[in-house]
Amino acid sequence: MTTETRLAPSPGAAGAAGHPKMRVERATKLFGDGAVIAFENLDLAVGANESLCIVGPSGCGKTTLLRCLAGLIQPTVGRVLLDERPVTQPSPQVVMVFQHFGLFPWKTVWENVTYGLKLRGVPKQQWEARVRPYLDLVGLTGFEQMYPYQLSGGMQQRAGLARALAVEPEVLLMDEPFGALDAQTRELLQEELLRILEQHRKTLVFITHAIDEAILLGDRIAIMTARPGRIREVIDVGLPRPRQIEVCRQTERFAQLHAHIWQQLRPEAAAAVR
Amino acid sequence: MAQATTPETMAAVAADIQAERAALLQRERALAAARRRREKLFEWAVRGGALLVLLIIWEIFGRQVNRALFAPPSAVVAAAAEMLGSGELWQYLQGSLMVLAIGFGITLLIGIPLGFAMARSRTVYYALDWYIDAFNSTPNVALVPLITLIFGFDITAKVIVVVIASLFAVVVNTEQGVRHVDARLLEVARSFRSSERQLWTDVILPSALPYIAAGVRIAVGRALVGMVVAEFFTSVTGIGYLIVRYSNSFQPDHLLVPIVVVMALGILLTAVTRAVEVRIAPWSRQAEDK
Repeated sequence: MTTETRLAPSPGAAGAAGHPKMRVERATKLFGDGAVIAFENLDLAVGANESLCIVGPSGCGKTTLLRCLAGLIQPTVGRVLLDERPVTQPSPQVVMVFQHFGLFPWKTVWENVTYGLKLRGVPKQQWEARVRPYLDLVGLTGFEQMYPYQLSGGMQQRAGLARALAVEPEVLLMDEPFGALDAQTRELLQEELLRILEQHRKTLVFITHAIDEAILLGDRIAIMTARPGRIREVIDVGLPRPRQIEVCRQTERFAQLHAHIWQQLRPEAAAAVR
Repeated sequence: MAQATTPETMAAVAADIQAERAALLQRERALAAARRRREKLFEWAVRGGALLVLLIIWEIFGRQVNRALFAPPSAVVAAAAEMLGSGELWQYLQGSLMVLAIGFGITLLIGIPLGFAMARSRTVYYALDWYIDAFNSTPNVALVPLITLIFGFDITAKVIVVVIASLFAVVVNTEQGVRHVDARLLEVARSFRSSERQLWTDVILPSALPYIAAGVRIAVGRALVGMVVAEFFTSVTGIGYLIVRYSNSFQPDHLLVPIVVVMALGILLTAVTRAVEVRIAPWSRQAEDK
């Protein structure tokens, strides 16, 4: 595969310090004594403050790749680098947002959102100041004392997002975070995420199977093929920021990208349902 | 761009939606409160009705049976008044409650940590699981004669019977609870770099709590059984002995008083453990709130 050459010209990948923020180097992940290849010989880089979206059919190893980036698991072969240092365990600079929200049912919104700060030993008096801006940002102020089950799915994921942002990470990893939400809520949250990232620039790796979501949120899009997962192509989105969903959708670029990506994914998706 | 959506208008829309949601939530809660009140009323009406029907049937049936063999509720109430008045009931109940409290306390003190140990240590699990299963599935009555043989007839023997009757329900449920902790939440904790100790306090313990509470509820019933059975065999005190004595003297009206008391105790203690559960694990009220 020619991923390397396609990857190179992307401006975002270099980053300020001259190296990518995170890098996956010829990584292979096997499961079940090698019976299942999640991904194989995979190279990928994301620049500092760049948004990289990974799209691919279900079961292409996207989530496994993200868990490797998070340091939750190790690739069988190859390496994951954060600021050019190998990732062997979860890093304090990297934080993850989960498709299943990952909220603790026994903790209130407040306790969930301050969870990261508590683990980091941030003194309790500082929590309010640290967390409040993000609670406001995601519209959860007033819901602090509720339990997750009392909230809608959208509100739960807002809490998940606020929990991640509260620790002020450099890298945000999002695993189909809006996949479990209805279409309207999903769109609202995409809008919110765009707005948040404009205020707090971060390196973002965003996994999705929704092509439009990838175009709206990404600086670049990596298209991943099904098992064994590989990066088929990396595309520059090239839509100006700040972005507004409505405006973006009506551009010719959006239509082009959408058609192109769908062309790449179509055979994969078709094979998956067969 | 004629009337494109600006970030400001989108933010306003989002704020509107949020305000609307908050109002909706408030209304939902008021409705839920009213629903709960109606539910309570209904609950007590049904409970009262069922009790009344039971008492009537019992009264009618009880009057047709030989007084030396069975008694209607009216006779039982009279007997209860007499036994309460003489202080007899309280005197015997006191001893039983003491046995129950000590035995059940020991069960909680040993059972919960043992359950945790079995779930987290393979060594402990392999060493003990046969015996836990054996005790858990053996009718504990089988052990009572042996225990009295070893420990005699005083309180120690009775406490041991109560512990053996109730301990294993707590152990098994606690172990299951710890095992059933959501792997996804463990991963969330790991991704936030939780230490092992924090993993316990933030994830494993609270996750196991509803299981432990269920174990404790089962154990309450078993402890009561253990208490009465122990007193059948071992003593001249306690409510179990009262049952035996009035049975031997063919006084079913008096005999039924301690039985009803033990039953009431079972209902009461179960309700108490439920209430405690709601207090310490409010999130598990999920089903009731909705």
